[in-house]
Amino acid sequence: MSVGTVALRIVALAALAFTAGSCIRSEPGRTELRFWLMGREAEVIAQLLPEFEREHPDIHVTVQQLPWTAAHAKLLTAFAGDTLPDLCQLGNTWIPEFAALDALEPLDARVASSSVVQAADYFPGIWETNRVEGVLRGVPWYVDTRLLFYRTDLLRAAGFRAPPTTWDEWARMMAAIKAHQGASRYAVLFPLNEFEPLLALSLQGDSPLLSGGGRRGNFEGPAFRQALAFYVESFRRGWAPKMSNTQVSNVWTEFGRGFFSFYVSGPWNIAEFRKRLPPGVQGDWMTAPLPGPHGPGASIAGGSSLVILRDSRHKDAAWRVIEYLSRPEVQERFHQLTGNMPPRRTTWARASLAADPYARAFREQLERVKPAPAVPEWERIVNEMQAVADEVVRGGLAIDAAPAELDRRVDAMLEKRRWILDHRRAS
Amino acid sequence: MTSTRLAAWAFAGPALAIIAGFFLLPAVAALALSFTDFDLYALASLRNLRFVALGNYAALLRDPLFWQALGHTVYFVAVGVPLSIGLSLAAALLLASPLARAQAFFRTALFAPVVTTLVAVAVVWRYLFHTRYGLVNAALGHVGIHSIDWLGDPHWAMPTIILLAVWKNFGYNMVILLAALQAIPAELYESARMDGATAWQRLRHVTLPSLGPVLSLVSILTVAGYFQLFAEPYVMTEGGPLRSTVSVLYYMYDQGFKWWSFGMASAVAFLLFGVVLLATEAIVRFARARGAA
Repeated sequence: MSVGTVALRIVALAALAFTAGSCIRSEPGRTELRFWLMGREAEVIAQLLPEFEREHPDIHVTVQQLPWTAAHAKLLTAFAGDTLPDLCQLGNTWIPEFAALDALEPLDARVASSSVVQAADYFPGIWETNRVEGVLRGVPWYVDTRLLFYRTDLLRAAGFRAPPTTWDEWARMMAAIKAHQGASRYAVLFPLNEFEPLLALSLQGDSPLLSGGGRRGNFEGPAFRQALAFYVESFRRGWAPKMSNTQVSNVWTEFGRGFFSFYVSGPWNIAEFRKRLPPGVQGDWMTAPLPGPHGPGASIAGGSSLVILRDSRHKDAAWRVIEYLSRPEVQERFHQLTGNMPPRRTTWARASLAADPYARAFREQLERVKPAPAVPEWERIVNEMQAVADEVVRGGLAIDAAPAELDRRVDAMLEKRRWILDHRRAS
Repeated sequence: MTSTRLAAWAFAGPALAIIAGFFLLPAVAALALSFTDFDLYALASLRNLRFVALGNYAALLRDPLFWQALGHTVYFVAVGVPLSIGLSLAAALLLASPLARAQAFFRTALFAPVVTTLVAVAVVWRYLFHTRYGLVNAALGHVGIHSIDWLGDPHWAMPTIILLAVWKNFGYNMVILLAALQAIPAELYESARMDGATAWQRLRHVTLPSLGPVLSLVSILTVAGYFQLFAEPYVMTEGGPLRSTVSVLYYMYDQGFKWWSFGMASAVAFLLFGVVLLATEAIVRFARARGAA
């Protein structure tokens, strides 16, 4: 084989790979839609899509599953290689990032003329996470927030009948539980490598965490200061163990043993607790909305959205899928299959959700979820926030110096963003 | 050009092309990348790409987190490499001893950690070193030592990682050293014994000098490998507690694959490359001075 034929073959192969990547050959008149989903959602979607395809015989949906751990890198690589799908599930904290890449189709006009997707029916905090610089980039599919899981029996043993609604009450209960349970047990678990509990507490205040349209850190504002004070206090008093998740080994076993009585966690743990807690304590746990500084407080607005990719050639078909998956009856089935919490109030009114006692606290909390600042750097910023909090709890950093130190680091991370915003304004 | 030279190039050509395409080109591209602030915004539009010359390197040298990461890595190498090679050598000597029974079994058993999956091993080790339920603390308790928070105390996390890495890797060097030991001619030992050399003298003056070249090879490979510490903290501690197990490569991974600052990540890679180059060069010089290589 000569060099010439080898080169020819390589070119032919590359061309083949290119055409295979960019379009899937299909029957005439039938739209082939590529839909990327993560984790368990990709498995259960197979049970929801047949009905959609019956209603729309002209659309065929091909599902591809991405593992959560690799999804982010895979999506960015696909963006760089122009191989993004038509429709995708996207964690809502990633939306600002993909909006900055201009990879997402604006959806305002489609929602305005839709009879299914009713913006007012969605929890406002969740809806807001899909809006970047005023433009709607996704439709919430399911929501994730953090609230209290607690041991009713241990709370009662310490002398309390109802869960806390304010920080003061919570602190009193933690002190009583600690006194009752002794030195080797704790009142609450705030894993030191998880940013969610501290972020939820920080979102409860009035001052935003970034200032100037996401140009600089504002962790020196009162909201973060008071949240950090409460958080650090619980470690100083011995209410919370100074531990990371990797050190706990198994939170369900430990919760069952009463190693801690309060745990700030998300909806997936309802199913996990039902499955993994020993039968003896199955009647002794409940969920409650997150307490705030002065009465029930806000929490994180997490979850996944459905987005249409800007380069898709089948946007109308993709929107049909979004509308179908947004119907309350489909969302209810999706909840039954996955345990994921629906983002619409109408769905929550349906029987299976309204009757679940553990879900009730989530329904209440969802009215009070608050979006995090919509900047692409947010994930990095929030990781740094947790690192600084850890330095206060386990290292030698003074609590009064922490917010300024954090702002300094965050400002450095936002340097490029400031440059781009200034640049854009100048041109 | 003669036809032999032409033929030589033709034979070497495909391999050279592959090396150029898959090794040289990416390395040069990475070097170019390290002089820019390539990141997510630059991925969106190249107009957002800035040429920063040595800015990334300067920023790194000013970043306390980078120095911390370098410090942790040097600590890991300085303690882990001698420990690892020492253990390999000791195990190889035991296996090579004529007194050793069931040699094949022990060779396999000691080599087993090298071929086990790190992720699975990490699960077991996390339990072994668990503060409350761990076997290690239970054993220490029997001899009256207070339980140690192995993975939660910033002072103990790195020693635990070193133990894991040494245990996981010593079998590999052991096999190489065992092969070298078995290649030492028996006559050397015989004549040394006839001259009245003790066991220690035979080790010191026959075994070690004969192992010289292999030992320096093993050292270079181990140092280069240990400087690239990543997987052990990634699966055991995720860099914690208090970033005490963040290595240079971990830092690079965060910069590149978590935050998509590829310019910065490339700069880290080249700094680490420089450090490894210096360290291996030092070993080569040391070995040459001793006449071993």
